[in-house]
Amino acid sequence: MSAVFDIIASAGLWAAVLRIATPLILGTLGALLCERAGVLNLGIEGIMTFGAMIGWLAVYNGADLWTGFLVAALAGGLFGLLHAGLTVTLGLSQHVSGLGVTLFASSFSYYVFRLLVPVAGTPPTITPFQPIHIPGLSDLPFLGQAVFSQTPPTYAAILIALALAYLVFRTPLGLAIRMTGENPHAAEAQGINPMVVRYGAVIAGSALMGMAGAFLTLSAFNSFFPTMVQGRGWICIALVVFASWRPQRALLGALLFAFFDGFQLRLQTVLGGVVPYQLFLMIPYVLSIAALAVMARRARVPQALMQPYRRGER
Amino acid sequence: MSTPVLQIENVSKRFGQTLANDNISLSLDKGEIVALLGENGAGKTTLMSILFGHYVPDSGRVMVDGQELPAGRPRAAIRAGIGMVHQHFALAPNLTVLENVTTGTESLWSPRSRRREARAKLLAISERFGLKVDPDARLGDLSVGEQQRVEILKALYNEARILVLDEPTAVLTQIEAERLFATLKDMAAQGLSLIFISHKLDEVMSTADRIVVLRGGRHVAERRASETSKPELAELMVGRAVSRPVREPSDPGDVVLEAAAVTVRIGGVDRLKAVDFRLRAGEVLGIIGVSGNGQAALAQLLSGTAAMASGDLLLFGQPVDALSVKDAVTAGIGRIPEDRNKDGAIGEMAIWENAILERLSSFSRHGLVDRQAGMAFAQTIIDTFDVRGGSPASRIRLLSGGNMQKLILGRNLIDRPRILIAAQPARGLDEGAVAAVHERILDARRQGTAVLLISEDLDEVMALADRIQAIVGGRLSPPIPAQEASTRRLGLMMAGEWEGETAHAV
Repeated sequence: MSAVFDIIASAGLWAAVLRIATPLILGTLGALLCERAGVLNLGIEGIMTFGAMIGWLAVYNGADLWTGFLVAALAGGLFGLLHAGLTVTLGLSQHVSGLGVTLFASSFSYYVFRLLVPVAGTPPTITPFQPIHIPGLSDLPFLGQAVFSQTPPTYAAILIALALAYLVFRTPLGLAIRMTGENPHAAEAQGINPMVVRYGAVIAGSALMGMAGAFLTLSAFNSFFPTMVQGRGWICIALVVFASWRPQRALLGALLFAFFDGFQLRLQTVLGGVVPYQLFLMIPYVLSIAALAVMARRARVPQALMQPYRRGER
Repeated sequence: MSTPVLQIENVSKRFGQTLANDNISLSLDKGEIVALLGENGAGKTTLMSILFGHYVPDSGRVMVDGQELPAGRPRAAIRAGIGMVHQHFALAPNLTVLENVTTGTESLWSPRSRRREARAKLLAISERFGLKVDPDARLGDLSVGEQQRVEILKALYNEARILVLDEPTAVLTQIEAERLFATLKDMAAQGLSLIFISHKLDEVMSTADRIVVLRGGRHVAERRASETSKPELAELMVGRAVSRPVREPSDPGDVVLEAAAVTVRIGGVDRLKAVDFRLRAGEVLGIIGVSGNGQAALAQLLSGTAAMASGDLLLFGQPVDALSVKDAVTAGIGRIPEDRNKDGAIGEMAIWENAILERLSSFSRHGLVDRQAGMAFAQTIIDTFDVRGGSPASRIRLLSGGNMQKLILGRNLIDRPRILIAAQPARGLDEGAVAAVHERILDARRQGTAVLLISEDLDEVMALADRIQAIVGGRLSPPIPAQEASTRRLGLMMAGEWEGETAHAV
């Protein structure tokens, strides 16, 4: 028991939690924005992979780290445009289109990577973001190491979550997005073009997904390999439900999952000899399913989610 | 004479083969209420969709205060002061009343929603027109009547001076409808101009100043309400004289269905409380009441989808403990559900599939569905019951409400059921279809079917039923014979005023 307590009391755990949470925060916000407008975006897994690859590639070719993020966001936006074209304009099944985007973007990432980066024994690396030192805060005992020793994108992700919460619930644009996800016919009747809103939300949401991927190669690690997203996209889709489509809860959900993940990693080192490590790997997923089961029962799903909108048809 | 607030000039619109609007003109003055009367498919909704910019007309134009409105631009229509109250509300159940009303009313690039101002404005409007709502209530928690109020407030919030209501009473109870029309008259008195679409003669006569009749996409007549009559309007609307059939005297047979102190509990609430009734072969027993008073539980009990908590139910003299759907079908109980789209038919399936669903076993051979026989059966129903607008293979969703109802009726009546449970059989149907449905029900009665007619339409019950019981709060009044029924007496019964009369008479 004291081992468990030691883990929780260590500043290292909390620093890791924030790091693990960052791509989940960005990805969940992206998926959430799409779904608020009524479009499920299962392209997330592939878009994150592509964002990880293209952001890294830009930096590898001499761009600075923030430009790498920007490139990843733009690439994500392009895949969003593709998904929106298929689901909004053509009204195709959002599941099928999203899975298609994931398969395409994942394979395409690997192809581009192989094409442009010479095969080598050890994967080439870049210099990733370094933790920034915030005068005063970073020197605080415990908190300084636990919370204020992150790389800039982590702080950015948290700020984006708060900004998105404000956008969705406090601005006319956010209301228009929510109305489009609830009842596009009602939005249209109030002079809002639901098609435009959906395109915008899917493109912006996909850009966030691209940035979520780029965090992996530009901050968490320093190189790219094709399987590195490892289902994080799917976790984000579940976190959206867990968060009841609220950005501030998405932030909490991502932190919670990251806590389980960071915790099990450390638990492995303590109890690894006694229990097979695979068991620990399951912990975050099992706990997430349990949390989802509790939270999602009360969630109010956007009523028009997954329903294509066609003008003049009810 | 001053310029009319609204002029629609020579508007035509074609959809494929059908000319939905054929050179229609219409004008509306300040403070006036105009009714747009016509059967389903007469082109009323198309015309209003053109007015509101949902459709672009093939020719013709819309003028507001003498200014031409750009075609196909809902925003321009809103800005010109046109507000639309849709039949299927354009509202989001998960958002609050205030959010529903204010969506799209501010610049989308404004950095902050001005909620306090919006709330004050909404409350001021609701005060002025007597449309009470709680701005922070979740829309989905409101009753249908309240939701309609929100829909009207939404238009008024957008500074609408011309209000268009598409079949506003289709979803309302009688009391809610009366309240709505009082509000509309008040709004006209305050200088708003209103158009309402309807196919109900009563409400058109009582509310409108002027009535414009559309038929087959054409403007066929225009009358001042004070200078016309219901029969004249009915004839103009349908194109020929129509009259609802009236029941002739008959000799009821044996009691086929009897309930004694039956209680039905659904979701922990007693929806039927110790009700008594007896239904005889060859008679129509009318159950009158404002909807939501236990009618659904009654229909479900007799269709086999709800169980009895206590009491006795006798079917053909035999006690039944628990009636299952299968029992009901085997016993020859035909059912016309209240919500035909939800419970009566599966919209995406073909007409023939819908026709044979409850008798699937008689249409299967070696475990396979006998398509040919099913199609033939559907064709027989279509021919016998005059179902128009579809073949056995077309999806049932494509039928109009009246024709879908005729198909459901036909599916039940073709086997001469011994009992027919008809819940709101004519709801939402136009005048011609109502007459057809009523004729079929009386036919069945003539042939010895016992009909339980559940309805909230006084005219319907008085025309069809031999005996009438009122349903209020899950309790049934004692029956009264039809010849003793008057609108007043039934109204009192629907309000629960039957105590003191001799209980269990007749």
